[in-house]
Amino acid sequence: MHAIDYEAPTTLAQAVSILKAHGENARPFCGGTDIIVQLRAGVRRTEHLVDVKKIKELQTLFFDAKQGLRLGAAVPCIEISESDVMRRYYPGLTEAAHLIGSLQIQNRASVGGNLCNGSPAADTTPALIALGARARVVGPNGEREVPVEAFVVSPGRTVLKPGELLVELLVPAPAPHSSDAYLRFIPRNEMDIAVVGVGASLTLDGDKVKAARIALGAVAATPILAAKAADAIIGKKLDDAALEAAGHAASDACSPIDDMRGTAEFRLHIAAVLTRRVLSIAAERAKKN
Amino acid sequence: MSKKTLVEATINGETIEFLCEPRQSLLEALRDVLELTGSKEGCLTGDCGACTVLVDGRAVCSCLMLGVEAQGKSIVTVEGLATNGVLSVLQNKFLEHAALQCGICTPGFLISAKSLLDRNPKPTEHEVRYALAGNLCRCTGYDKIVKAVLDAAADIRSQGEVKAAPR
Repeated sequence: MHAIDYEAPTTLAQAVSILKAHGENARPFCGGTDIIVQLRAGVRRTEHLVDVKKIKELQTLFFDAKQGLRLGAAVPCIEISESDVMRRYYPGLTEAAHLIGSLQIQNRASVGGNLCNGSPAADTTPALIALGARARVVGPNGEREVPVEAFVVSPGRTVLKPGELLVELLVPAPAPHSSDAYLRFIPRNEMDIAVVGVGASLTLDGDKVKAARIALGAVAATPILAAKAADAIIGKKLDDAALEAAGHAASDACSPIDDMRGTAEFRLHIAAVLTRRVLSIAAERAKKN
Repeated sequence: MSKKTLVEATINGETIEFLCEPRQSLLEALRDVLELTGSKEGCLTGDCGACTVLVDGRAVCSCLMLGVEAQGKSIVTVEGLATNGVLSVLQNKFLEHAALQCGICTPGFLISAKSLLDRNPKPTEHEVRYALAGNLCRCTGYDKIVKAVLDAAADIRSQGEVKAAPR
């Protein structure tokens, strides 16, 4: 790895000031599970790593039944899968965090880092989009909130401008009779990169779907929100016909590529299959809430 | 060349200071600066687990952590498993079950297994396999390793029972 400088500020103000001073030559640094590999391989270059793990706001995991979840950008995935609150109220996001890499990786990697890395195949990003999460960003010109579906702009690139950092993810409180789920397809049991990943959240009103969000990963240049797939089931009973329609609409929202993990044709097929399955799982969970 | 940083950390129970460059991984700091060469360099991408160490009780790939991040942390490497030259139960069980051939992956497996047993003294085979899924072995396959860990868990439990038994 080329020479770098490293700083570990303890406040947001310090972090922003360091990031601003170095502009494009600095990057926030968290679990390191992507960026260290990228720096070593020369696919990213940065002069200054600003370790954000010592900043309190970024390490906060706070849930309130009315306000929802505040998930600090640096909270490691393992804390999510070990959290009873997360398993109870956000099982889909929890299963996405639990799928990332090995325990060694989950002990370091964070959901915020997964998002900022900007991979089209990030597991937790579709789960966040499905939940309607917003990203709270702080920078030299103050702060702003970005819907997670608008955060990644192209593979490896995000809306973060030089000097800005992701502070936390704000996830709405789950409505009564709602839940979420995440599924991905990989050719083995564990530890691979999604060929297709689908996250869904839905709210039931009796036997009908009152609200839903469906998001997909690894099927386009960025994780996507498939609004038409959700429209296909909203106001309807979640029967086979509705699931079929949602699967078709999800597949239509994809613009996948052929690569070593799967062909575009295969991805389109799997996107529909996983959409049907993930909606069924979310609905089963929602009935219990 | 960026300047070296002084890092103070507890390594295998001993508080020590060392100098490292920010670009050096914890693995490089352990092996090249502190001459603790038990942790191995395999893939350098976090896939193989040969460099696994405990950081504040959690298993991490030391190739994916910077040496400077060790400031104030407690690190346990494979060198920290034996006590006064006496191998730990886990290490002995790896020998007994012949759970190694070339040995490159062994330090990482031992640390991941320790991390599991520290949290879960009575793991199922499935739990052992899950906990070791971030460690790759290209010689033996995994059966002997899994058996060694299950046997070590049983042994550690029975020792605890002996200690806890009323006199």
